[in-house]
Order: sequence, then structure tokens, then C-alpha cells
Amino acid sequence: MLTGEGLWFRYAPQLPWVVQAQSIAVEPGEVVGLMAPSGFGKTTLAKLLAGYLMPTRGRVSVDEQPLPARRYCPVQLVFQNPELAVNPRWRVDQILREGHPPQMHQLDALGIHPGWLTRYPHELSGGELQRIAIARTLNPQTRYLIADEMTAMLDANTQALIWRAVLDYSRAHQIGVLVVSHDWPLMRRLCDRILDLATMQDHSTLVSQ
Amino acid sequence: MTTLAPPQIRAPKQRSNRRQQTLWTIGLCVLFLAAIILSTWFIGDAGLNPVLAQRNQPPSLAHPFGTDWLGRDMLTRSLHGMSLSLRVGLLAATISALIAALLGLAAGTLGGWVDALICWIIDVCFSLPHLVLLILIAFAVGGGTRGVIIAVALTHWPSLARVIRAEVLQVNSSDYVQLSHRLGRSPAWIARHHMVPHVIPQLLVGLILLFPHAILHEAALSFIGIGISPHLPAIGIILAESMRHLSTGYWWLGVMPGVLLLLSVKAFDWLGENLRALLDPRTSQG
Repeated sequence: MLTGEGLWFRYAPQLPWVVQAQSIAVEPGEVVGLMAPSGFGKTTLAKLLAGYLMPTRGRVSVDEQPLPARRYCPVQLVFQNPELAVNPRWRVDQILREGHPPQMHQLDALGIHPGWLTRYPHELSGGELQRIAIARTLNPQTRYLIADEMTAMLDANTQALIWRAVLDYSRAHQIGVLVVSHDWPLMRRLCDRILDLATMQDHSTLVSQ
Repeated sequence: MTTLAPPQIRAPKQRSNRRQQTLWTIGLCVLFLAAIILSTWFIGDAGLNPVLAQRNQPPSLAHPFGTDWLGRDMLTRSLHGMSLSLRVGLLAATISALIAALLGLAAGTLGGWVDALICWIIDVCFSLPHLVLLILIAFAVGGGTRGVIIAVALTHWPSLARVIRAEVLQVNSSDYVQLSHRLGRSPAWIARHHMVPHVIPQLLVGLILLFPHAILHEAALSFIGIGISPHLPAIGIILAESMRHLSTGYWWLGVMPGVLLLLSVKAFDWLGENLRALLDPRTSQG
């Protein structure tokens, strides 16, 4: 289980708190939605859970173990802007292989055309690149996936295709997914339960569908 | 009723694409510069000797650049001078690029007070007038060829160091490097696979674009007399000597070596620009 207990975060001691007293838990195979108005620290919380930032107070753990600092992190974050999450001087197959050798059927499920593998990132569209970024994280070492506005900039068709592939993968491999978004209809379709940061400042309330 | 004529498929003329043109330009520039540097081996020193019977001759087939007031062949002198200037420029620019790489990488990766100190040094160097600094250093180390090399090497690194520092900082803070850490990659692996592909092209292109500056400043120092010693046929010295004869109508003494210097500098410029286009994935296949 991925848990964040009593998470507090600020960038420097003299700056205001960005995340205050947040606790969150995601079970394996569970799809949890996380919503809040803009500026509520959704992305910061996602980065804390994936180990990109260290919480000022509190701790993040997977199955009671803290996140590894050097090895492959079992919690992987998918960014909102895929253009920034890939090295512009690498070809796509090198990007995919950075995490783990990709499996062909998985690339098929995400609609990744084999012809894209020899291209550079700037030769793919945002939606195509986002599928590459997702395929990079969907491998046996990933236990939890945090999707930070993963499909916010994509059209409805691509959105549906990507989420179908991710949900299928999550069910088949018992991957816990945290969906960070403010697209309420999308989350109602995807999630087993939805957390609202605005109402759980001090205590966690589960907003059921 | 008219039948539609089958669309005429005209075979496109076999024109080379942009990538081939870029490769050709790079090849020609390298060939031109290498030819100048190596030309002194082929033409020898024969043309450097005074032949008083052939003084002050305008450009002709026998002497394409004409001859000077001692009857020396100006083509031979210009090539000797340009070759010397290029070699001095290459050495000075390479040292300069090495300093830039070292300081840029140190500032970008170590950060903190190291970064602040290096940025301060860069700012100080930028704030001094370039030519004055150049003259001061060349004068302080005693002038001559050694003085020119040291002065040019010590004054040309700040802009490149700043570019490399910025590149390192940008790559280091990028999402894909952060992600690489979370994918379990070691800092050394990230430096090798993420950093090097970004820094090397910058360094290479920066180095090549430093050459023209180095050569022009070398020529400038020689021109005002504190550079390469006057008995050597450096391009700056040839140009300085020609000044005395321009007003008497011997235009080729200044124009021909000047054109050669201009062409060499432009060749480096084209080489740098085309290499940059080739190394950047955004333009390498266009």
C-alpha cells in the first residue's frame, strides 16, 4: 500500500506551507481520484508521493518501506507536459528503454506505432509523446502510478484510449493509480473513490461516487 | 469529350536536400581551412625571398596577389601569414574553450559559492573592454607569439562558459533528469547520457565560433605591433605594412591578404553554423 502520512511541505523555512497535513493511501489495484481547485498543492503532493520532493514533515512509504533514494522508485509520476519529460536529443526507443525494455503488446495497447521509435520527440505530437511517457513507466517494477493531469491536454479519443490501456494494465498487474485532475466527469468514470483536498485539510473524507 | 490527360509526373530534378548541402558546406569549409594551414608545406619559402627585379607588380597570372616593394610574392606571404594566424588562433581558441568547459561545468554542477564566484569572474571579464584587456595581457606576458596565444586564450572563454553553465543548469533541473533519477539511474549515468549530448554540441560549435574572434584579435594585436614579431609573415603584420603603401596606389598589398583573412573567418563562421544545424535534432533532418 502506498501511504503518505501527515505530509507537510514548504520550499524554504520562510515560505508559506504548500502542502499541509495531508494523508493519503492507495491500495494496490485501486484507482483513486484526487481533486482540488488550482493552487491547492495537487502537483506538489503528487511529487511528494513519487519522491521528487522530500516532505518537510511526515513520511511516504510503500508497504511500510520508505521510497528508495537510488534504486528504481516503485511510485512513478507521469507529468502533464510530455515535451518536458523526454530528452529532446534522444530518439523515442532510447526514451522508452530508459526505464525498462518495453513490451510490444503494451506499446500496441497504447497505440504506439513502431515507426515512431526511430523519431525524435519533436517529430511526435503531444498525445503521441504522452503515450511514450506512459509506456516508459508501465513496467513490472512500477507498483503505483501517479497521473498528474496526464490527459488534460489531449482530445477525448486519445484520452479514452490512454485510460483504457492504463486501467487494463492496472487491473492485470494490481497497480495502484492516483488520478490527479479537476475533470470531474473523467474522474467519476475512472476512479473507485475520489478525494477532495479542499475538504480534507484536517481529516480525510472519502467522497464516494 | 475530352479525356483528362494523365497527370504529368515530372521526375524531380536531382537536387541535393538541405542535409546534403549542409554536409557539403562543412566539407568545403574544412577543406579550405586545412588547405590554408597546410599550404606552407607545398609552396615552400621560395616566394618569401626578395626579387628586386619584380617589385610592386600588380596581380597577374604569375603573381595572383601581386608583389610587394621588395619583390616578394604576396600570395606566398599571405598564405604563410594566414597559416600562422590560423594555427595561433586554433591553439588559443582551444585553450579558451577548455577553460570555458571547465568553469561552465563547475559552475553548473557545483552551484553555491563556486557558481557565484565563476559568475562574478565572467561578469568582470565582460565589463572590461575586450581589446584593452587583450593588449594588457599580451603586454604583461612580454608580447610575441606566446603573448598573443596567452592573451587570446585568457580573454575568449567567458561567453562560452556562460552558455555551458546555462545548458548544464537547464538540463539538470529538467523533468527528464529528475525522472531519470526516479527510474533508478545513477548520477554518473545521467551525466553521460543526458548531459553530454547537450553540452558537447554547444562546446564544439562554441569552439569553432571562437576561432574567428581569436584570429581577428591575433591579427589586431600583430597589426598594432605587440603581437607576433615583425619578421614573421603574420597576416596582421602584412596588413600593417600595407597601410604605408595603400595611398601610393598599391592596393593589392592590403586588399588581397584582407580578402583571404575575411574568407578564412567566414569559413569558420559557416562551419560553425552548419555544424550546429547538423548536431541539433530539430534541424539535422530538415
